Amino acid sequence: MADQTLPTNAWPANAAPSDLISPGRKRLGRALMAIATLGLLAVIAVQILYKTEVDTIGFETWRPVVYAYVLWGVALGVGQVLTRGEDGQRALFLLPALLFTIAMVIFPTLFGFYIALTDWNLSSFSGRKFNGLDNFWQMLADPYYRNALFNMVLYVLAVLVEYVIAFGLALLLNAQIRARKFFRVVFLMPLMLSPVAVSWMIGKSLMEYRFGPAAALARQLGWENPAFFSNPITARISIMVLDAWTFIPFMMIMLLAGLQAMSREVLEAARVDGANAWQTFWQVTFPLMLPVSVTAIILRIIFKLKLADIIITVTSGGPGGATDSVSSFIYREYRDRSNVGYGTMLAMAYLIIIIVFVTWLLKAANRFVRNVN
Amino acid sequence: MSVQTTDYAASEIRSPASFVANRVFIYGALVFWAFICLFPIYWTITTSFKTAVDVTQGHLIPFVDFQPDWKGWRSLGLSPDSILRTSTVRDEFIKRFMNSVITSIGASSLAIIIGSLAAYGLTRYRYQFGWFKNQDISFFFLSQLILPPVVLALPFLVLYREVGMLDTRVGLILLYTLMVLPIVIWIMRDQFNSIPVELEEAALVDGLSIWGAFFRIVMPIALPGMVAAFILAMVLCWNEYFFAALLTSTDAKTIPVMVASQTGSQGINWWSMAALATAAITPLAVIGIALERYLIMGMTAGAVK
Repeated sequence: MADQTLPTNAWPANAAPSDLISPGRKRLGRALMAIATLGLLAVIAVQILYKTEVDTIGFETWRPVVYAYVLWGVALGVGQVLTRGEDGQRALFLLPALLFTIAMVIFPTLFGFYIALTDWNLSSFSGRKFNGLDNFWQMLADPYYRNALFNMVLYVLAVLVEYVIAFGLALLLNAQIRARKFFRVVFLMPLMLSPVAVSWMIGKSLMEYRFGPAAALARQLGWENPAFFSNPITARISIMVLDAWTFIPFMMIMLLAGLQAMSREVLEAARVDGANAWQTFWQVTFPLMLPVSVTAIILRIIFKLKLADIIITVTSGGPGGATDSVSSFIYREYRDRSNVGYGTMLAMAYLIIIIVFVTWLLKAANRFVRNVN
Repeated sequence: MSVQTTDYAASEIRSPASFVANRVFIYGALVFWAFICLFPIYWTITTSFKTAVDVTQGHLIPFVDFQPDWKGWRSLGLSPDSILRTSTVRDEFIKRFMNSVITSIGASSLAIIIGSLAAYGLTRYRYQFGWFKNQDISFFFLSQLILPPVVLALPFLVLYREVGMLDTRVGLILLYTLMVLPIVIWIMRDQFNSIPVELEEAALVDGLSIWGAFFRIVMPIALPGMVAAFILAMVLCWNEYFFAALLTSTDAKTIPVMVASQTGSQGINWWSMAALATAAITPLAVIGIALERYLIMGMTAGAVK
């Protein structure tokens, strides 16, 4: 995930001579931006006053604020071009994505941190009450949340098994075989299917206790009571298998691209030196594949940390919360108990844990790849 | 295969048996995994043509084990004999289907537009907003990838209710755009980096403006990458369940939510569930087969240098 450095021949930002822009145009642009900003602030102020019942003029919902924000963004863009000419035109490339992401992420996240500090149950009539860190202390004492976090550790560790299988499949597809394209399409198929449909197709019907084919096969193989989702350990493994089935193709494709980018000469050289297939793999292929492997594993872990759909639809966290991931646990906290305040606190705590974990992971992976090569 | 070295040739000739064993192992493994990938799909499709008896007795092969029946599809209102009659289930299904189509295409398009522009700006120009330079801005965009949906879901539930966008397609489109934007920027940055800057410099000399050069020169070259990013984004949006389940109730419900709500109820008819699942996965299965090249291109962007 190394950040590419800028192309050295990127044009300097201040190439446009600013004296080409007339002072009148500059003034116009500044005025436009100022008016738009004032307008946006005015709409927000009016709305806050209306909602707090200080004054009676205002709108039913906050939607006008959204429109005002969009208009403000447009005015900002036009203002940039008017005041800064070519530089402004360049800024215009970045502005839409930046304004969009800031509005959609920063504001809700800050709002989320506020909700996390309140006692707010949608089904009770008392409404929102600020209660400081109560939710936090409750979280520390919550055995189900700890269990969900522990499950996430297990689920993330399962990525290593997925990686081994995906690497094997990539090697198979990279071998001298016929119908390579056919197998590639077939192997990619599970990734296309929606996890919810997969939950039904495999979790609820193939693995069905009474007449699912997977259960029938398990009986044939000597497992007398093939209940995939009734015992905590088998249930966890079943969830891992389901998730692996959908996501192995993702890692496989990345590893295959890495294998195909490897130079033939290196492999030939190894063979000339008398290395057998096993030695070639461990001493040439595997080390050369390390950077791609690390990227694939990290991306997969990031996706794994969001795991929820399959658990929600197949087990609803059962038996007794044994298969819960953090996301599915919070989902039920909201859906079944309408506990918005507490649920948000759990989510925010999870966000902080993830940020720390992923940052550490990226650093460790960087150091690992550098040390090996 | 030409014989290049004596060692190599010797090992080939020495053991034809091991060569055969090698082939058998490779093809055996390939077929085995193909079976694992395809069997659930096969099972779902055939189950949609089964009657109750065939399901409970575990019949597998149509026409041999059991006589196919349109039962599952009839319950969806999509079998040949019911397709012309009115069916509330079919109306609901088509409504959900259209919601899925509109939200995934809308979100992917929006993400491609603003994502490509941002990626182009970040690869070509130097920005500085206060402390933030290009690297930091790129990192800001890409870091959204680790944001779990659950963090945004509850604040958005509250915000959307205040804004009046709960249970609307626009609300979903905006969230899905946010979800796929980092991936689009990742892919498009890789694309634009591979296009030589000299092309645009020449265009500027010829009198095109910055945006003119982008639309007339760069866009056509980067089009395959945009298609790849678009398709990958569409797949992710089509399959999204978490936000849709929390933020929609009647109007904007998408296909995955409909499928999930059916699995929850007890005593569900297997055949109709199978038909619904088949209908839900078919569009993407078709896309996966037809546009596999672009999908792979999107997934491997930036992975291999």
